[in-house]
Amino acid sequence: MSERILSKRFGLADSHTIGVYEATGGYATARRVLQELTPAQVTDEVKKSNLRGRGGAGFPTGLKWSFIPRDTDRPVYLCVNADESEPGTFKDRHIMEQDPHLLLEGIIISAYAIGCHQAYIYIRGEYIPQIRRLRAAIQEAYGRGCLGRRILGSGFDLEVAVFTGAGAYICGEETALLESLEGKKGYPRLKPPFPAVVGLYGCPTIINNVETLANVPAILEKGGDWFAAVGANRSGGTRLFGVSGHVTRPGVYERPMGYSLKQLIFEDAGGILDGRTLKAVIPGGSSVPVLRADEIDIALDFESVAAAGSMLGSAGVIVMHDGTCMVRALQRLIHFYKDESCGQCSPCREGTGWLLKIINRIIRGDGRPEDVDVMRDVAEGILGNTICPLGDAAALPVISFVTKFRDEFEHFVRHKRSAVLAPVK
Amino acid sequence: MELSDQLKQTLDALKEQFPKGLSVLMPALHAVQAEHNHIPPELEQPLAAYLGVPAEIVHEVSTFYFMFHTRPVGRHHIYICGNLSCWLRGAETLRDHLADRLGIQPGETTSDGRVTLSVVECLGMCDHAPVMLLDGEFHPDLTVEKVDRILAGLS
Repeated sequence: MSERILSKRFGLADSHTIGVYEATGGYATARRVLQELTPAQVTDEVKKSNLRGRGGAGFPTGLKWSFIPRDTDRPVYLCVNADESEPGTFKDRHIMEQDPHLLLEGIIISAYAIGCHQAYIYIRGEYIPQIRRLRAAIQEAYGRGCLGRRILGSGFDLEVAVFTGAGAYICGEETALLESLEGKKGYPRLKPPFPAVVGLYGCPTIINNVETLANVPAILEKGGDWFAAVGANRSGGTRLFGVSGHVTRPGVYERPMGYSLKQLIFEDAGGILDGRTLKAVIPGGSSVPVLRADEIDIALDFESVAAAGSMLGSAGVIVMHDGTCMVRALQRLIHFYKDESCGQCSPCREGTGWLLKIINRIIRGDGRPEDVDVMRDVAEGILGNTICPLGDAAALPVISFVTKFRDEFEHFVRHKRSAVLAPVK
Repeated sequence: MELSDQLKQTLDALKEQFPKGLSVLMPALHAVQAEHNHIPPELEQPLAAYLGVPAEIVHEVSTFYFMFHTRPVGRHHIYICGNLSCWLRGAETLRDHLADRLGIQPGETTSDGRVTLSVVECLGMCDHAPVMLLDGEFHPDLTVEKVDRILAGLS
C-alpha cells in the first residue's frame, strides 16, 4: 500500500467534519508547530521536503515562501488557489469535499511560516457544494479556536475568508486571481514585481494551490526528509492523480511522485474502456503536450515527464482510446482556450480565435492543404509571447497534436472527414 | 430601479467583510444576482454609488465573468460540460438531447422562462463525466435516461 498523505480520510464517514478530523489526529501538528517552532523553522522544514507547487508550475514551495521580505511593516497575505479549472483536473475538489480541515490546517501552518494573519480561499464559482462545505468547515474551526484570535493555545491570530469566483479559468493564474480578489476583471499582471513582494493590495502575498497546502501538516508532523523520501528526483511527496476519459475506473488516485503512468492507467484505473486500445494520453491537464500510446512508459515526476516531452502539470491524466478523432479532440481544447483567453494580449486573443476558425473549417470539410502548417505557425506565434502562461497552454496542445497525429489532420483536410469515422472494434 | 433594503443590508455586511480595494464588488454582484436572477444593467449605477466603486468597473466586472448574467435566465439553469473529458464520454449526445427536449439551442432560455441551457467548460468533475451542474447541484455519470429523469423532476 502506498503512502497516503492527502487521501487518508477519503471515504471515512463524515470525514469533512472537525470531530472526525480531530479524532484522527487533526490539528495536533498545527498546535505543536505554533507553540514550539519559529516561522523560519517551519519554512526550513518545507524547503527540506522538496514540496513543489501542485497547481501546475511545480515551483518549490519553501523557496516561494522565502521571497517574502523579512521584517516587512505591511500585512502579508496568503491566497489559496482553489480555482481548479484546468480541464482534466479535479483533485482539489476531492480535498475540499472530503477533508476540508486538512486544507485549513495546512493554511494555519503556512500562514504562521510567512507571518500572515489574513488568508483568502479563492474558489471557483461553479464549486457550489464545495463552497458550502468549506464555509461550514471554517465555521467549525472558528468554533473550536483553530481560527480567529490566539489560536490553538498560541499567541497567533489568523482570519480565513472564502472568496467566490464567477466563471473564469484565467483566475487560476496567480496574478489574475489577485486582480479578481481586488474586485477587477481577471487580467494577469506583468512580473516582476512578483506577488511575494507586491501582491494583494500591493502587499507581500503568497499564492499556493489547495493540494500544495494540504501537504504541509504531514511535512511538519513527519519531517521534511521523510516527505522528500516519499517522492522521486527533486519532487517530494505524492500526487493526487486524476484519471479521466476512456478508462474503466476514472477517479483520483494518490500515488508517490515517480509512479508509473502505465500502471496508473492499466492497473489503478482499470485499463481502457470497453477493452479497446490506447491511442493517446494527456498527462498533466489539458495544457500540456499529448503523448502517443508508445510514449507512456514513463515515471510521473516533474523531471521524467519533462524528459518525455510533456509536463506533469496538474496531474490530470486524460486518456483517449483508438476511437477518438484527434482533430475533434483538439477542437474541444482550442474552443476552451479561445473561450477563456482574457483578451489582454493580442497573440493569445487573436491566435486562439484564428486556431478555432481553422480547425472548425477543417471539421466542416472546408480545410485547405496548408491549414495544418498554419495551425502550427499560429501556435508558435503565441508561444512565449504573452504575459501569462495561458498563451503557452493554448499553443502546446496544438503543436503536439498536429505534430504527433499529423496524418489524421491531413486525412481530414484531404477527405473532408475524420479518419476515425468508423472506429474499429 | 433601486437596491432593496434587504440587499443593502447584505451589502453592508459584505463591505465589512471585504473592506479593502474593490474586493466587495464580486461578492456584491453575487448577492445582486441571487436576489434578481441576473444583474440588471439598471442596477449598475445604484450599486456603484452604494459601494463607492466606479460604475465602469461594475460594468466591466459584471460582463467579464460568465457566471454573472446580464440578461434574465430561466428559473432552472443547466450547465452541461462540453470539454474534453466529458466529450470523450458522450457529452455531445447529451447536449443535443437536452436541446431537443427543451426545444432550444445552447445559450437560450425556454419561452416560458423555465430553463436555460448553457454548454460550459470543464466543471472539475471529470471523474464523473459526463456531468452537469443544475441549480447548484452536480449531476454525475449522466446518461440520456438520467437526463430525462432530471428534466421530468423540474418544476
